Amino acid sequence: MPFIPHTEAEQTAMLEVIGVPTIEALFDEIPPALRAGALTELPEGISEMALMQLMSKRARQDEVELCFLGAGAYEHHIPAAVWDLANRGEFLTAYTPYQAEASQGTLQLIYEFQTMIARLTGMEVANASVYDGATALAEAMLMAVRANKSNKSKKIVVAGNLNPRYLAVCRSIVTNQGLELESLPIDSSSGTVSTDDLSALTDAAALVISYPNFFGGLDPVDGLTDAAAAAGALVIGVVNPTAMALLRPPGCWGERGADIVVGEGQPLGIPLASGGPYLGFMCCRKAYVRQMPGRIIGRTLDQTGQPGYALTLQAREQHIRRGKATSNICTNQGLLVTAATIYLSLLGDEGLKRVALQSHTGMKELTTKASSIEGVKPRFTGPVFHEQVLSLPVSAAAVVAVMARQGVLPGLPLDEMGLSMPDCLLVNVTETKTSEDIARFTRGLAAAIEEVASAC
Amino acid sequence: MAEVRDDVRYLASHEWVKLEADETAVVGISDHAQAALGDVVYVELPEVGSRVAAGDEMAVVESVKAASDIYAPVTGEITAVNRVLEDAPETVNEAPFDTGWFVKIRPDDAASLESLLLPSAYQALCESEA
Amino acid sequence: MLIFERSREGRSAGAQQVETRSAIEALAPEMEAFLRAEPAKLPEVSELEVVRHYTNLSAKNFAIDRQFYPLGSCTMKYNPRGAAAAANLAGFSNRHPLAPEAQSQGYLACLYELQGYLRDLTGMKAVSLTPMAGAQGEFAGVAMIRAYHQKRGDHERVEILVPEAAHGTNPATAVMCGFVVREIPVTEDGDVDLAALKAVVGPRTAGLMMTNPSTCGVFERQIAEIAETVHEAGGLLYYDGANLNAILGKVRPGDMGFDVLHMNLHKTFATPHGGGGPGSGPVGVSERLLPFLPTPTVGKSSTGEYRWLTEKDLPDTIGRLSGFMGNAAILLRAYAYARLLGGAGMERVGAFATLNANYLAKRLTEVGFDLAFPNRRATHEFIVTLAKQAKHHQVTAMDVAKRLLDYGVHAPTTYFPLLIPECLLIEPTETESKAEIDGFVEAMARIAEEIGAEPDRVRSAPHTLPVTRLDDVKAARDLDLAWTDEVVSA
Repeated sequence: MPFIPHTEAEQTAMLEVIGVPTIEALFDEIPPALRAGALTELPEGISEMALMQLMSKRARQDEVELCFLGAGAYEHHIPAAVWDLANRGEFLTAYTPYQAEASQGTLQLIYEFQTMIARLTGMEVANASVYDGATALAEAMLMAVRANKSNKSKKIVVAGNLNPRYLAVCRSIVTNQGLELESLPIDSSSGTVSTDDLSALTDAAALVISYPNFFGGLDPVDGLTDAAAAAGALVIGVVNPTAMALLRPPGCWGERGADIVVGEGQPLGIPLASGGPYLGFMCCRKAYVRQMPGRIIGRTLDQTGQPGYALTLQAREQHIRRGKATSNICTNQGLLVTAATIYLSLLGDEGLKRVALQSHTGMKELTTKASSIEGVKPRFTGPVFHEQVLSLPVSAAAVVAVMARQGVLPGLPLDEMGLSMPDCLLVNVTETKTSEDIARFTRGLAAAIEEVASAC
Repeated sequence: MAEVRDDVRYLASHEWVKLEADETAVVGISDHAQAALGDVVYVELPEVGSRVAAGDEMAVVESVKAASDIYAPVTGEITAVNRVLEDAPETVNEAPFDTGWFVKIRPDDAASLESLLLPSAYQALCESEA
Repeated sequence: MLIFERSREGRSAGAQQVETRSAIEALAPEMEAFLRAEPAKLPEVSELEVVRHYTNLSAKNFAIDRQFYPLGSCTMKYNPRGAAAAANLAGFSNRHPLAPEAQSQGYLACLYELQGYLRDLTGMKAVSLTPMAGAQGEFAGVAMIRAYHQKRGDHERVEILVPEAAHGTNPATAVMCGFVVREIPVTEDGDVDLAALKAVVGPRTAGLMMTNPSTCGVFERQIAEIAETVHEAGGLLYYDGANLNAILGKVRPGDMGFDVLHMNLHKTFATPHGGGGPGSGPVGVSERLLPFLPTPTVGKSSTGEYRWLTEKDLPDTIGRLSGFMGNAAILLRAYAYARLLGGAGMERVGAFATLNANYLAKRLTEVGFDLAFPNRRATHEFIVTLAKQAKHHQVTAMDVAKRLLDYGVHAPTTYFPLLIPECLLIEPTETESKAEIDGFVEAMARIAEEIGAEPDRVRSAPHTLPVTRLDDVKAARDLDLAWTDEVVSA
C-alpha cells in the first residue's frame, strides 16, 4: 500500500487491542446515511515511475526558450546551493516552530531573514513573511488603518501605477472590512504619479507607493512621502527586493521614511513556478510592530543564559486573540524564507547589486535595440529599473502569439491586465539575459510586427 | 489567595476602579486578574483626552499566553494614562492596585460607580471562578 | 552564531557575482538621484560558509524525516518525495505565471483534473484552487457566504456562529470578512450543544463554521440536524477542512450538507510543512455559491484546450486572492499525490489514520493516561488530558510535551482546544508504523513514571536539545527582532 506501512499481522494485532473486528467498525459513529459512495473521478493509483513519465511529458509541453515576462515575477539565476540546502529534510519537513527548543534552526534562520529584509528596505523590523506580495499589501492596508492613530480614516490612497493585480487582490480582501481605495492619477507621459493634486491624501489612513511602479518607472518618492506625512497619512512602500541593492530604500524616503514596507520576495532565489509558492515580506517602524500581522521571531535567552530564538508577540495572532487578532493568517512561507535567506547570504551586497545593475543595464540595452524598429518606442519617459513598457505599431497580444510559437515570450500585453493599452507590451530583462538573447528578442519582435502588420 | 482591596469597586471582567478626592476615577486590573494573566509584557493605553463609554474596550493588556481587553467602568473622558507601563509592564504584576494603575477617567456621573461590584461580591466571584 | 557574525569585509561567494556590462558609475546621470547611498550590510561570506552554516542550523530542527510528530490537528505525515519531484520538473518550475495559455497546456491540464478529484473527494459542485493556505481558504469561503447574502439583498445576516472549541482562525476569519462572531458551547461528549445552537440561530445568522471531525477529535454525530437547523434559518454551513484526512473516502462534506469548505492541501495532499509554510487551501462550493468562487479557475473548451476562467466568466466572483494563481506548485504536488494514491489509496488514508489513532488512544489508557472523551471513538486524532497529573504532581501538559522532546518525539499539540484543561491533542497519521507508535507509548509510560518519581526532571525538560526552555517573557518585553551589531571588520 503506498505510504502505509502496516502488515496484515500488525493490523490484526492493532484491531485486537482496540477491540473491534475491522477498521470499518471504527467509523460506526458516522450516520450510515451520510457514508460516501465510490469515488468516480479519481483514477487508479500509479507508480512513481509512471507518474514521472506522465508529468515529464506535461512539463515539456510548457517549456519555452526565452522569457521576458515580468510584471511581478522575475527570472533570476538561483545559486545551486539555495535549494540544495532548503530542500534538506530538516527544513522541508519541520513544523511551524512553536516548540522553540526543537526548532532553533528554523527560528534562527527567520531571525536572520528578518534582519536581512529590514536592512534591505532600511526599516527597523520585519516579520517572518506572509503569502505573497499582493496579500502583503492587503495586510499592510489593514495594518495602516489600525496603526494610524492620528485619524480614524478607512481610506487608502493608492498610486495609480500599482500592479493592477495587487489592486484587485487588495479590493477582494480589504473592502470586506469597509476600507475604501482611492487611486492617485498618473501622468500620461511619465507614467509616474502626478504630484499636481495630492488633495486625496487629506483624511487618508495611508498612501501606497509602488517602487519601481508597475511600468518599471521610478516615482518621486521623497515628495510623495513628505506630502503624506504632512497630511497625516502613513506611507506604505511596495518594493522590489532586488532593486533595493541599487535604489534608495523606503526607510530613507523623504524626511522621515516610509512607515510600512512590503513586497514580493520571489526574486530572492524562488523559481517562477507558475506563480507560487512565493513569499510576501513585510516591515515597519518598531512603534507599529504590534499592529503587524504574521509570525515574528525574537532573540532571547534560555534558562542557562545562552541566546536562543522564539516566536514572540503571539498575543497578536489568531490562535490567542481569535476574533480580535491582527489577521487570520497562520502561515509564513517558511520554506521560501529559507531559500531567500540563503540566497541573500550567497550574494551579499555586492552580488545583489550586480544582479540589479546587470538587469537594469540589460533593460536599457533592449530598449535601445528595440527602439530601432520602426514604430517601437518606450511608452513612458524617465528612468526605469529593469522593466519597460514598449509601445508597438500593432497589437501586442498578436505579437506575443507569433513570438511564443518560436519559443520566445516577449512580455505581457498590457490589455491582459485590464489596462486599455492594446499596443503596449511590458518587457522585463534580468541578469539571465545575454546580449545575444536581447538581439534574438529584437529580431523576433521585428519579424513578428511585420507578420502581424501584413496579416491585417 | 489573591488580594481583594476593600476601598475600590470592581467589574466582573476584573477591572477595579477608585474615585479619588478630585472626582477622577482611577482604573486598573485586580490582583486576581494579573495572576491569571501571568507576566504582563505589554499594555496598550488609550489617548489622553479621548472619550469612553462604560463597557467600551479602552485598553489591552498582554501576557505571553493571552491578551485581554480592559473595559471602561464608567462613561467619561480619559484624563491620564500610566506611562510607566509602557516601559515597565511588569508593574502590573508587582503592584496591580497601586503603581500598576492603567488610566484615569473624569466620569460624567460619579454616582454611576455605585452600581459596580462591592469587594465582597467580587471576592465571591473570584472564588466561584476558581 | 549568526550568519552576520561570520561576515568579513571583502569576502564573498565569488561564483555568485555575475559579470556586469558596466560599472555603477557609468549609469546615466538621470539615475543618480535614485541610488542607494549605504549598502544594506548583507553578510559577506564564502559559499562553503553558507553551506556549513545552514546545514548546521538545519540539524537543530526536529523534522518528520527524523522524528515521529504526533501533532494533533496538523497531520504531520510523510509527504512522498515523488510528488515533489514531479512538481519541480523544469517545465513547471520555469513556467512564468503569465505565460500564454497555448504555452501552458501541460500545467493547466493538471489543475483541471485536480479540480475534478477534489470535487469527487469532497462531494462539492465546484472547486477553486487559488487560496494560498487554510486561513485564506476560510477567508474565501466566508467572503462567499457574505457575497451570497448580499446578492440576495439579505443584509441583516451579520453573524457567524462558531463552536467554542474551534480553531482561532475561524473567528479571526469571520471578523476579517466583516462579521460578528458568536460562539456556541460544546457538550461533555464533544458535540455541538444543539439546544444552544437553536437558541441563537435566526435571521441574523449568515452561517456556521464547523470542523468535522471536530477539534475535540470526535465525529459530530448530529451533523445532519445541525445542517437542517442552520439551513432552515437561512444560514449557510462552512466546513473547515482541517481534519479532512480523517474522513477521506469515508464521508464527504457535501453529503453532510455543507455549502462551502476549504481543504488544507499541505496537510492531506503531500506538501511538507517547510517550517511554517507554504500551505494551500482550495475551496469547494455547493451549487448556490458557485457564482462567487474566487478567480482564476481552470476550464476546458469544447475543442479540448484548457483555459483560465476569470472575472469575465464569473462576474459575481469574490475576486482574486493572490498575485497570480495561489501556491501553484503546491497544486501540482497535490495532483501528483492524487495520481500516486488513486481512489483506493485515498480511502486507505482515512482508514489507517483512524486505525492508528484508536490504537494509540487505547494503548495510552493502558499506561495510565486519561482521554478527554473516553466514551467516543477517536477519529484520526484524540485528546489526552493531564488534569490529574497537574493536580497531584504539578506537572503540566507543557512539561510532558517538553519531556517528550528528550525522548526524540515531537510534542503533540498542547492546550488546544482551549476548553479541555492540560490537554494534548495527538494525531499519529496513517504513514506511521505500529512500531513507531509503540515507541511513543513507551516514552509516555516512562514519563508517567518520572512524574511520580522525579517530577522536577519533567518540569525542567528538555535536557538534551540545543537550548533549554526559552525566556518568552524577555522575548516579548525586550524586543530583539533584528541583529544590530556592526559587521566585524577583517
